[in-house]
Amino acid sequence: MRKKVLYELSSIYRDNLRIKGYLFGKGEKSACVVGAIRGNEVQQLYACAQLVKILKEMEKEGKIREGKSIMVVPCVNTYSININKRFYPTDNTDINRMFPGYNLGETTQQIAAGLFNAIQDYEIGIQFASFYMPGEFIPHVRMMRTGYEKEDMAKEFGLPYVVIRNPKPYDTTTLNYNWQIWNGQSFSIYTSETDKLDINSAMQAVKAVFNFLDKEGILEYKGHDGYVSRVINENAMIPVKSKEAGIFESMTEVNKDVKKGELLAYIIDPYEGYVKEKVLAPCDGTVFFAHNAPMTHNNTVLYKMIEG
Amino acid sequence: MVNVVTQVELPVDEKLKIYKNRLIPQDGLKGNEKRISIVTGTHGDELEGQYVCYELQRRIKEHMENLTGIVDIYPAVNPLGIDSITRGVPGFDLDMNRIFPGNTESGAMPEYLAAGLVEDLSGSDMCVDIHASNIFLKEIPQVRINEKDRRKLLPYAKLLNVDYIWVHSAATVLEATLAYSLNSTGTPMLVVEQGVGMRLTREYGDQLVDGLFVLMKKLGIWSGKVIKPKKPIVSKDGMVSFINAPDSGIFVPEVAHSNMIKKGELVGNIIDPLNGTIRNAILSPVDGLVFTLREYPVVNRGSLIARILEM
Repeated sequence: MRKKVLYELSSIYRDNLRIKGYLFGKGEKSACVVGAIRGNEVQQLYACAQLVKILKEMEKEGKIREGKSIMVVPCVNTYSININKRFYPTDNTDINRMFPGYNLGETTQQIAAGLFNAIQDYEIGIQFASFYMPGEFIPHVRMMRTGYEKEDMAKEFGLPYVVIRNPKPYDTTTLNYNWQIWNGQSFSIYTSETDKLDINSAMQAVKAVFNFLDKEGILEYKGHDGYVSRVINENAMIPVKSKEAGIFESMTEVNKDVKKGELLAYIIDPYEGYVKEKVLAPCDGTVFFAHNAPMTHNNTVLYKMIEG
Repeated sequence: MVNVVTQVELPVDEKLKIYKNRLIPQDGLKGNEKRISIVTGTHGDELEGQYVCYELQRRIKEHMENLTGIVDIYPAVNPLGIDSITRGVPGFDLDMNRIFPGNTESGAMPEYLAAGLVEDLSGSDMCVDIHASNIFLKEIPQVRINEKDRRKLLPYAKLLNVDYIWVHSAATVLEATLAYSLNSTGTPMLVVEQGVGMRLTREYGDQLVDGLFVLMKKLGIWSGKVIKPKKPIVSKDGMVSFINAPDSGIFVPEVAHSNMIKKGELVGNIIDPLNGTIRNAILSPVDGLVFTLREYPVVNRGSLIARILEM
């Protein structure tokens, strides 16, 4: 294992921000994994740390294939993660909306450019990502529909679902999108948590990455193959929205199969305690995403279901 | 008449409402009137538009006999942000001007509101979206136009009595703004930037209100007397020099905002208070107008110090 500082930024009173890469194997730049870009992505940081720990052993055991190399970047934004702030501390901008970056631009554009310059030549990019809405997912692989995406490769992770997303305007400045446009294949791995640790879910993601790297001929891994992934377009998911606002009491969980009309949640009046709304399943299917904050607005997506 | 454009119920005994006030001619509507929509408060820390909304209405109401069209005023697109001194949407950490055209079906609360706003604004004969930079930078009154809308919008922008019109290239991220969403679907919108975040610059507000009356007269919404608007400088990206901080520190300006500067003259210093030294002397790369200048002293490498229009 070799460590390399990929990018460094000084501050007037804080220690430097250092983006570190952990390199394994020698040869072509085969795959790069990026972890926490936002300051609340603790689960993503943990998953990368586990990758580094296991890859270190695998490298010693000669399990990284000849001529292949892997880099893991556990954390891009130490300045935010150390002070429990989601976005960049001084200007509150999101580094994952700054790619491919600009090395003469604003601070977070420069950080994005510094990272992208160091990772863009890797043939495969994998990001442990987080979602902007509070909630839990079934672990899945997400790809942008750019015309370059290869669904069959995404299935090699062996996660239950591969979700294809038609990019919205703001997606075009994310790492995933730019990686795919720049150099071929990029995948975002979503586990169930972001700012809390779910070790089982994190290890599922770690094993999924090893499954993938094995099938791509980058290393040897003899784990369980995982699931036969179902590919689904994000637009095909059925959103279940709140009609009322109040305290949110979920009666279901992600990955649960439910029947049409089944109770998913109560929305409770925050002063008088009565049930304002019973949230019911609009169809037979599987709960893919579930809101997990204790309160909700009205007209808010509480669940996303996969019909069937 | 004050109306609620769109609303969301918050969890505990509160509704988030986006309001608008509609002013119509004294004799009522005939059905063929033109409509101008004035929008501001998308970023909760940008307050320059608050004064403009007030002053525009005050002057109209003094001479309602001259109002011949519809004026819709939307003073607070992000009311929670304004009330809590938060740039984005509190609770979501989302920049409201990066989520348009919104989504009523499967998005978060701010996207639902954004979609409601777009629906209400659509069909206006002209919209003006007033911004106030941010807390870091001070801007002279200016209109920003996407290059692809130049032909359609530039003649109207010139009426707004601003000092400067910046015709910029279409950066991808701008596609998620309110202005892009409206302009790309046939409702014209001009974006004004002026002043600085968390402050009011009254003379800039008065200057823009003068210009709004000129625009309204051109559109057939106002029949009263108006000023002759300033002749603004119009530039493209290539004429604008960006100065970004080469290092972290505390920026102390040596040039005044909206003044001219010569190539090689001192814009300001990045100082080091711990050691009592100057880390960097920032020199102007061109002769020109300092139309953007940093107000907030703390800088990291890359922080924008100034923009200079080469002249």
